[in-house]
Amino acid sequence: MTTLHSSKKFLPPPSERSTALGWVIKNLLNTWYNALLTIVTLGIIFVVLRSSLIWAFSAARWEVIPANLRLFLVGQYPSQIPGENDQVWRLWLDLYILAGIIGLSWGVWVRRRETVAGVLLGFPILIALLPFSLSVRALLVGLSVAGLIFWWLGKRWARRLQRVTISLWIAYFPVAVLFIRGFGAEEAAFMPNVPTRFWGGLLLSVLLAIVGIAVSFPIGVALAVGRQSSLPIVRSFSVLYIELIRGVPLISLLFMGQIMLPLFLPQGANPDRIIRAMVVIVMFAAAYLAENVRGGLQAIPKGQYEAAYALGLNGFQTMVFIVLPQALRTVIPVLVGQFITLFKDTSLVAIVGLLDLLGIARSVIANPKFIGTQREVFLFISLFYFVLSYALSYTSRRLEAALGVGER
Amino acid sequence: MSNQPQIDGHNPIIICQDVHKWYGQFHVLRGINMEVHKGEVVVIFGPSGSGKSTFIRTINRLEEHQRGQIIVNGIELTHDVRNIEAIRMETGMVFQQFNLFPHLTVMQNITLAPIQVRKTSKEEAEATALELLKRVGIPEQAKKYPGQLSGGQQQRVAIARALAMKPKIMLFDEPTSALDPEMIKEVLDVMVELAQSGMTMLVVTHEMGFARAVANTMYFFDEGQIIESGPPEEVFHNPKEDRTKLFLSQILHH
Ligand SMILES: Nc1ncnc2c1ncn2[C@@H]1O[C@H](COP(=O)(O)OP(=O)(O)OP(=O)(O)O)[C@@H](O)[C@H]1O
Ligand SMILES: [Mg+2]
Repeated sequence: MTTLHSSKKFLPPPSERSTALGWVIKNLLNTWYNALLTIVTLGIIFVVLRSSLIWAFSAARWEVIPANLRLFLVGQYPSQIPGENDQVWRLWLDLYILAGIIGLSWGVWVRRRETVAGVLLGFPILIALLPFSLSVRALLVGLSVAGLIFWWLGKRWARRLQRVTISLWIAYFPVAVLFIRGFGAEEAAFMPNVPTRFWGGLLLSVLLAIVGIAVSFPIGVALAVGRQSSLPIVRSFSVLYIELIRGVPLISLLFMGQIMLPLFLPQGANPDRIIRAMVVIVMFAAAYLAENVRGGLQAIPKGQYEAAYALGLNGFQTMVFIVLPQALRTVIPVLVGQFITLFKDTSLVAIVGLLDLLGIARSVIANPKFIGTQREVFLFISLFYFVLSYALSYTSRRLEAALGVGER
Repeated sequence: MSNQPQIDGHNPIIICQDVHKWYGQFHVLRGINMEVHKGEVVVIFGPSGSGKSTFIRTINRLEEHQRGQIIVNGIELTHDVRNIEAIRMETGMVFQQFNLFPHLTVMQNITLAPIQVRKTSKEEAEATALELLKRVGIPEQAKKYPGQLSGGQQQRVAIARALAMKPKIMLFDEPTSALDPEMIKEVLDVMVELAQSGMTMLVVTHEMGFARAVANTMYFFDEGQIIESGPPEEVFHNPKEDRTKLFLSQILHH
């Protein structure tokens, strides 16, 4: 976060009140010693960054990025396999539906945040600046357009579309995964199966993160509630699970999942490696989620339980109608933070040999054609992680502010 | 009061016999005996820490008693969950801190329990809720959230919420002590109206004007015991115990 603050000095956000130049003059050059300080600071920064800049603009072999962009994004998701037709359109379909739902949700729920909607919908256009082919760029811009259309629809019929939008979100996830995986094994099928070993790159990273958070969410909530239960068995199981998982690094759990899990399973049962990684990530995320939710549960005053009991609600009803809605609302910001962390943590699966964004990066570097391009590749994927994480945290913070989430 | 409702003097709706409770080593309730009849308005008062809240909360089992017997509406309070649920359905409670559900609108606060516990239809529950809001004087606030209301309004919503379950008994634990002076009256007015309508009420309060107006019996609590009880005229004008006299002189002079 410190980098963000200091970078502000050089790239002030444009605002209605003052221009960038005005801001520079007002804050950096207002007195002679401030001006001097600014110049000296710039000088130091230049000296420090000089060699990096020279490298970036002359020596770096950036062509490794466009040459492998597709690998970075979707790994070997069928396209280049001879004799098979390109299946990447299924991912585009997923993206388009997602853009539509995001636009719709924004229109339905968020009022007076048009700028943020602009940023959100402009995001695909930003990505289109990457060295893609023309058709890919057109498709990316199309995403923004789709989002915009649905945003407008959502605004227009906000009241009627609320329930529809919620159901769309719930349905979206399994449907999206189904599209990626495909159904029907025959060659001629409309969406033939794509074995998970072809899933890779950013696609895999995002999938791992989303499955991780979506599946671990109910488990984590159950564990958090279980930890507060008055039944000793439930309580000690929850505590044991949470503390055990939290006491072990994710990477060793991933290794256990890949190497040791098959030992415990019956002969023949051999779930594929991505599923195994997913299971481990879900188990891991659930434990942390449980702790975060517990924080929210503890913030609920005793009076809320008492009022509910006094009205005749039983323990379960009190949880579902009174405690959890409030507790989850207060922890949404924390959960978003956990989701972002999880998204980055999924890169650990590269170490157990899966080809997520980081795994692809390592395989690209190992390609004889691109020997010696570690810096370019790692800079690129770091940037990728950063941009995505930052976009996530930015939108979620704005969304929280707009919805009044996190306050009680 | 001219229109005092009729009290059924034969079948007590609440019977407490020798009720004891401990917090760890601390003996909070030391043998409480009380009988409350249908339509009776009971006011409980006494110094801070004397166990008033603890006692009133044992009646709907928010606190457990450890010795003695509590029988509410013919059902004895035991560990049996069904008994506890049955009694909670017949008793409404209003708290000092209102304890409204901040994530629900006023309407949802009031209709939640009737819909979920009594299985009333949503339409019916909402119609009842609106009537109750009219009765407590704030029908126009139904769509707001508790955080958007004043303290007095919140407490009136809390009363409406409790009444929505159509309870036979209402418990009030210092309903006006968290309120600014100008809001106390609006809540007391609602409570007076409720008392006159024949509701059985147990009220922990130091609002002596309210006690004088509607109480049938007053109980003075000190150190977990009932020191003195009787109709308001007697307790106010002719207290028998020195502790009662002292306490009354303290609160009446402030
Ligand atoms: N959960 C608890 N654990 C331990 N002691 C408690 C607990 N609740 C209350 N007490 C103690 O029991 C005593 C009686 O408390 P209670 O709240 O019933 O008093 P009260 O008469 O309602 O006083 P006030 O007028 O301040 O509300 C107090 O001394 C209090 O400190
Ligand atoms: Mg009290």
